Amino acid sequence: MSRSLVLPGDPTDLEEIATSSTALRRFLQGLPGVDQVGLEHRVAKLGTRSLKKDAKIWALDLAISAVDLTTLEGADTPGRVRSLAAKARRPDPSDPDCPQVAAVCVYPDRVAVAADALAGTDIHVASVATAFPSGRASLDIKRRDTADAIEAGADEIDMVIDRGAFLSGDYGRVFHEIVAIKAVCDEAGAAAGRDVHLKVILETGELRTLDNVRRASWLALAAGGDVIKTSTGKVSPASTLPVTAVMLQAVRDWHALTGEHRGVKSAGGIRTAKDALKYLVLVHEIAGPAWLHPDRFRFGASSLLNDLLMQRAKQRTGQYWSADRVTLD
Amino acid sequence: MSGPRLEVRKTYKLYVGGKFPRSESGRSYEVVDAKGGLLANASRASRKDVRDTVVAARAAQPGWAAATAYNRGQVLYRVAEILEGRRDQFVAEVAAAEGLTARKATAQVDAAIDRWVWYAGWSDKFQAVHSTANPVAGPYFDLSVPEPTGVVAALAPQTSSLLGLVAVVAPIVVSGNTVVVVASEQRPLPAVTLGEVLATSDVPGGVINLLTGRTEELAPVLASHLDVNAIDLTGWAGRDATELEVAAAENVKRILPAEPEEPDFTGVPRGPRRIVAFCETKTVWHPKGL
Amino acid sequence: MTSTETVPDLITPTWDYAPAPEARDLATIHDTYGLFIGGEFVDPDDGGSMATISPATEEHLADVAVAGERDVDRAVKAARKAFGPWSKLTGTERSKYLFRIARLLQERAREFAVLESIDNGKPIRETRDVDVPTAAAHFFYHAGWADKLDWAGLGPDPRPLGVCGQVIPWNFPLLMLAWKIAPALACGNTVVLKPAETTPLSALLFAEVCQQADLPPGVVNIVTGAGDTGAALVAQTDVDKVAFTGSTAVGKAIARQLAGTGTRLTLELGGKAANIVFDDAPIDQAIEGIVDGIFFNQGHVCCAGSRLLVQESVHDLVVDKLQQRLGTLRLGDPLDKNTDIGAINSAAQLARIEALVEAGEDEGAQRWSPECELPSSGFWFRPTIFTGVGQSSRIAQEEIFGPVLSVLTFRTPDEAVAKANNTPYGLSAGVWTEKGSRILWMADQLRAGVVWANTFNRFDPTSPFGGYKESGFGREGGRHGLVSYLQEEPHR
Repeated sequence: MSRSLVLPGDPTDLEEIATSSTALRRFLQGLPGVDQVGLEHRVAKLGTRSLKKDAKIWALDLAISAVDLTTLEGADTPGRVRSLAAKARRPDPSDPDCPQVAAVCVYPDRVAVAADALAGTDIHVASVATAFPSGRASLDIKRRDTADAIEAGADEIDMVIDRGAFLSGDYGRVFHEIVAIKAVCDEAGAAAGRDVHLKVILETGELRTLDNVRRASWLALAAGGDVIKTSTGKVSPASTLPVTAVMLQAVRDWHALTGEHRGVKSAGGIRTAKDALKYLVLVHEIAGPAWLHPDRFRFGASSLLNDLLMQRAKQRTGQYWSADRVTLD
Repeated sequence: MSGPRLEVRKTYKLYVGGKFPRSESGRSYEVVDAKGGLLANASRASRKDVRDTVVAARAAQPGWAAATAYNRGQVLYRVAEILEGRRDQFVAEVAAAEGLTARKATAQVDAAIDRWVWYAGWSDKFQAVHSTANPVAGPYFDLSVPEPTGVVAALAPQTSSLLGLVAVVAPIVVSGNTVVVVASEQRPLPAVTLGEVLATSDVPGGVINLLTGRTEELAPVLASHLDVNAIDLTGWAGRDATELEVAAAENVKRILPAEPEEPDFTGVPRGPRRIVAFCETKTVWHPKGL
Repeated sequence: MTSTETVPDLITPTWDYAPAPEARDLATIHDTYGLFIGGEFVDPDDGGSMATISPATEEHLADVAVAGERDVDRAVKAARKAFGPWSKLTGTERSKYLFRIARLLQERAREFAVLESIDNGKPIRETRDVDVPTAAAHFFYHAGWADKLDWAGLGPDPRPLGVCGQVIPWNFPLLMLAWKIAPALACGNTVVLKPAETTPLSALLFAEVCQQADLPPGVVNIVTGAGDTGAALVAQTDVDKVAFTGSTAVGKAIARQLAGTGTRLTLELGGKAANIVFDDAPIDQAIEGIVDGIFFNQGHVCCAGSRLLVQESVHDLVVDKLQQRLGTLRLGDPLDKNTDIGAINSAAQLARIEALVEAGEDEGAQRWSPECELPSSGFWFRPTIFTGVGQSSRIAQEEIFGPVLSVLTFRTPDEAVAKANNTPYGLSAGVWTEKGSRILWMADQLRAGVVWANTFNRFDPTSPFGGYKESGFGREGGRHGLVSYLQEEPHR
């Protein structure tokens, strides 16, 4: 597939954009615009998809298996993290067929507890790093933060981009920070004998425009992010369907350009199964069926899991479920 | 053994931000019917109630203005539907407040309901009537359109307790303004009941706020309030409005002046004057070229 | 750096949305239907009956009366009788009747949506989300005009015209009814409306709504039938105004027929809209707009964006993305909530589409459709794109009225305008570019009644709709639409 089939205008060499801030800026500013009204119209239409029976059961299971079960509070204790890990392993103790979640996501100083509690499972240990959530620290601190988390057992790092630099047009700075953190993931990961995946949090609630979301998505992909992630969950609005749609278009077009499948993670504000299914419809119809997999699409959430479990139980038994019947964590 | 049933009386309170608080001052005043008999104690709102009410109106304004004109029209039409369902109650209250026969009170209430419908229908039409495509001498697209001015204070008519109130409030909010209205001082009870209609309608809390109390006490506070964009002095008819207008000048409020006498609201209005009185005109220029 | 990898490196099972059919029994279909004249359903005097079928299954739905000349006369007489009292009602009272109708349509919305999908073949998603709510909105909007005609722009107290004969097409049966009846009634006219031969059921259900609203008998009359019934209505000498939406050929015939009679006429006819995509367009939304433009309602839309004019530099990109997008369209059961493309409305229409598509192939254009299975019964046509289409090709000139897109290219804005205007039609056009001043320049140059920029196929009761040139005259919607139903001062 030739590159002009992905982006309008002259094909831009992806390797070239890493060489200078000017080339990077030219590339990002040359991306086609996003018409907000049109995009929201399309998203709203996809929101009317009706999922019944097997299609719904399958999607609920996929959603559960795509959850990064998250706790990111100052009040997090080892006990809280262990309890969350137990929930991750057996989300529904009454049903052995219930899938496990994709990952448990914690602050770096709680990684060791999580890694210990999840040892021997396929559940990933994710950690936010790089002075999450603001990212307002020196690159050196961010690298150390990242290395700490990996050394403690993390195999997924959720970094934040420097939104201040992005909004002031210093794309080069944002790019090189991602490259630097990616290098830490590779080095520290190699030292620990693990593949470490990098999720790049764009904090779309601070980027405001969908044009910015598109640019930040391409920037993060070009800098080596394995996954682009909407939000920290600490800024409102967090994930929205339109923002996720733009990011899914980016990974779709990235694949057409390079042949690589990169991932998307929607985090924050997704609380109901009904909402989660709308996200999966976007994944299906915008990115494509190949992205319907926990390696390529994730939910960053906490309370969402229980609603998914309740809806799953309803599908299984035919009765509407009570929150009293699902474990808190 | 059963004697005559004792009625349950209603407490008349303010309607602010979608809720029914009493005045923060704890004050009330007696409302009497045309013959001097006690009807109820109404809340007597204070300066601080005005302050809180303007905050509620300001908070509600952007969302209300952002609703589509079609949506605002439907929401206001729904108010008319609920008014119709409470028609008998309003007839009784208007008759008591204004000392009217049942027949005349019914005519007032019917006219009030029809006035809501009339203004609801303007929601997606007054812009078309009051906009212009300006043929400027150059390659420009140039369009002038009305926009709501923001938060509007209104002194409701003193005589026409329901129809007059509706005729003042509906045109202010239909364009996307929110309103703080001071009800007729001596005849405030139908206004409070209108608040109950609004509370059970789809009108968002804070869009229409109703205060009862002394007009003379509340009007200067509203006229001088710097977060109020416009003031409707209809209920100040026949009085000297100089002080109010001087106070209003501080933040260049738009003023719908008081007339020597309160208008007769029974006839159909001569156009959407009261709507555009509380609108700004925005002109947009854009080049046309390759 | 190129990759042709299409097989994912992970095994991802296909996610087939299970069937999600809307409950068919939400709508009741009677075995037979009479004519709605003078507030009640009556048997035809001199006509017979015709069958209406489901285009998705060819199942027989009902037998519907065919109105002959005498029946049309009766209907016009009923409308004439009702006109006096109706036009003398105050605007306030007329307004309240129309509000009632709007509310009844909202209350019975799903019933109308299901019935319309069954009778027309269009997807329930469209009838539910577009046709029925927009029809209700038209009544709501015009209800508000009934007591405000002084501000319609014709001076104080404008008068209605009288009895209106209205003939509507099968592509948006209820919505076209609303476009016709709502402004006519708001202005104080009474109507005799003829729905299309293949889609009479929603109009007949609307007759029930008129009854529920206690609308005075004779204000709305509905005469069903085919072309002869329509011709009889147009020829009826006591009709003061004719409003027609349909093909340009029939529109011209009506104009000839009414020549010299003084009967007022508005025509909303065919189109061959250009949807113009510049290289700086918001490309993903442009793709959606192209898809909405031509595949909405199976392309049975007079203002459909049937000619895609794409700037040469992005031609391959647009066509490629368009093909990918078409691969996700879901064709099938109109009552399934996930269906994007429903059935072609009739065997005759399917034959017309097939004939023109064949002509396109004969003329050397390249035809492409996504893989998709067509149901075994009913009338169906795959979404189709033609590339390499010349300006002189029949598929670039003639209205196909089906899910068929002709792709042409241009190099400069002037060339785009020249090609877009190079048609006898002039109903609508689309422009896709992020540059505002170019949008407005293009809008000035395009000879079309509606210009959509960075969107397509948007309709609103407040916004006048109608064509230039052979796409007709008169507008529907907004203040401009009212003028078609009010007497104007004599021209001096």
